[in-house]
Amino acid sequence: MGRYVARRLLQMIPVFLGSTLLVFSMMYALPGDPVRALAGEQTVDPQQIAAMKKELGLDLPLWHQYWNYLVGLFQGDFGTQIASGRPVADIISEAFPITVRLALFAFIFTVVVGISMGVFAGLKADTLRDRGLLVLTLLLISVPSFVLGFLGQYFFAFQLGWVQPNVSLEASSDELILPAVVLGSLSLAYVARLTRTSVAENLRSDYMRTAVAKGLPRRRIVGVHLMRNSMIPVVTFLGTDLGALLGGAVVTEGIFNVKGVGYNVFDALRHREGATVVGIVTLIVVVYLVASLVVDLLYAVLDPRIRYA
Amino acid sequence: MTIIDKTADVPAPRGSNDESGPLLEVRDLHVEFHTRDGVAKAVNGVNYSVSAGETLAVLGESGSGKSVTAQAVMGILDMPPGRIPKGEIFFRGQDMLKMSNEERRQIRGQKIAMIFQDALSSLNPVLSVGYQLGEMFRVHQGLSKKDAKAKAIALMDRVRIPAAKERVNDYPHMFSGGMRQRIMIAMALALEPDLIIADEPTTALDVTVQAQVMDLLAELQRDFNMGLILITHDLGVVADVADKIAVMYAGRIVETAPVHEIYKRPAHPYTKGLLESIPRLDQKGQELYAIKGLPPNLLHVPSGCAFNPRCTMAQDICRTEVPALRPVTEQDGTELVGRGSACHFWKETIHG
Repeated sequence: MGRYVARRLLQMIPVFLGSTLLVFSMMYALPGDPVRALAGEQTVDPQQIAAMKKELGLDLPLWHQYWNYLVGLFQGDFGTQIASGRPVADIISEAFPITVRLALFAFIFTVVVGISMGVFAGLKADTLRDRGLLVLTLLLISVPSFVLGFLGQYFFAFQLGWVQPNVSLEASSDELILPAVVLGSLSLAYVARLTRTSVAENLRSDYMRTAVAKGLPRRRIVGVHLMRNSMIPVVTFLGTDLGALLGGAVVTEGIFNVKGVGYNVFDALRHREGATVVGIVTLIVVVYLVASLVVDLLYAVLDPRIRYA
Repeated sequence: MTIIDKTADVPAPRGSNDESGPLLEVRDLHVEFHTRDGVAKAVNGVNYSVSAGETLAVLGESGSGKSVTAQAVMGILDMPPGRIPKGEIFFRGQDMLKMSNEERRQIRGQKIAMIFQDALSSLNPVLSVGYQLGEMFRVHQGLSKKDAKAKAIALMDRVRIPAAKERVNDYPHMFSGGMRQRIMIAMALALEPDLIIADEPTTALDVTVQAQVMDLLAELQRDFNMGLILITHDLGVVADVADKIAVMYAGRIVETAPVHEIYKRPAHPYTKGLLESIPRLDQKGQELYAIKGLPPNLLHVPSGCAFNPRCTMAQDICRTEVPALRPVTEQDGTELVGRGSACHFWKETIHG
């Protein structure tokens, strides 16, 4: 087990290097540059631009720029935003807590509502309530999140007046509930379907018949025997899903004006702020890698037939 | 209605409030399944009884209704699609079909327990065997986790699983087939039930292990004076342990008899066919007999005797009239205790 974890952690190094290089070269390949973007519509002296580029090290070849970036990174320096002159580390430390909270709310919503709905439908597969759930989840999967976001805003903010349409800069927890529900609704649909199928399938298994024959109360048959088995695929999905939620939601954060990771990545992309994009994306990659490692370890806890050596 | 009589000198059931009568009595049981293609009549009027200490073997091909009958007794039929339109199942004189769900649950595991065919799929793969065994004591007797585990270890010792203490936290997939079946037996045995239903307990095992498991089962049954219903299609297994046999075909009992008599003189052509299809050493080199045709489709059971399309003795009457299970007698009319046959030509079969 220890060796397995160590191996997985070591595997993260090439993935980390590869993904940073990839994002870095993509930023390099994009047309436009941050210095020119700084000037906006005004015409600026090309010599001035060239001088600024030289100062920022943007005139160097790609490999050299990447090397400089990595050297900085290992000294704990994420670089500096060109336009604002703020360290990227500051931007990350501001945006991440908001996104983490948003993601956690969305995750809790997904887990609690999604699994309950899935169990509710799966226990009575092919009945009216099961079909109802299938239709509802199909709707959630096929409707784009911006439609849900605007609908939520329209009803809960403008019609009912329960919430503010926009999240303030502090992003207090009650403000984040509506964005979290919108953000989590797609995963909710997948979790509900996955749970439903898993429950319906395990319900027919031989060990469930044994549990009934043992004279166990229904609560225990469903709660222990059925759930322990049915949660295995769901947990796998939830792990990668948590990674995706933490990666920030450009659209949802945009609609509700949440100044989180997604918002900042989008902003940085528009202004060709390479260091910001690479910094944030790298962090997201690390979050993904750790999440998938945790899922794999959890998998072995849930299913004793899986052992890592 | 009850055709199978109690065999002689049955030990008295232990601790019972109803000393007379059999432990379990199934009367005119019907079970049907409502499927998309129609109603499958799986069980069509089965009668049998088991007393304490007695072993009833229920014999038949796949689809003959032997397992469905057992599941109805156990109360683990899937309903729907299953349905019990008619019949009674008396346990210690009380009709279980009239009981509430909670009353039936109290009987399951505590009074009547079941051993399933495939122990690997019948045990929960993600729970340790110690947990699954201990669960019986925790749920039915309210024991603590620790006490339940101690009891689980004792049970594993009882069914002779080596190093029970070390293996109690292992999971089902870590045991061999024979050991897993022992765990199933231990689980059924946990609360010392009055009756155990074993549904093909040795089918998934290899022959040497089969014998060990059957011996263990027979020994435990003797020690606890339990009633045992042994469901099987293996005539070889039956001969050693059973007291009486009920042969099922298409949801009906076609022949009943004390165990040894059926081997000597079958009174139904189907039983006769089954016996002749056992490979025998003294007939080495000869072609092995097989009953021709296939078991009937339960959606369209043949009219008259369900066995008539495959029977070598079938006459016109067999295609129109369902033969009732009638007592079988000697040629001079003396009664053969416990014997019955549902064949219009049982006399010809047994004496001819």
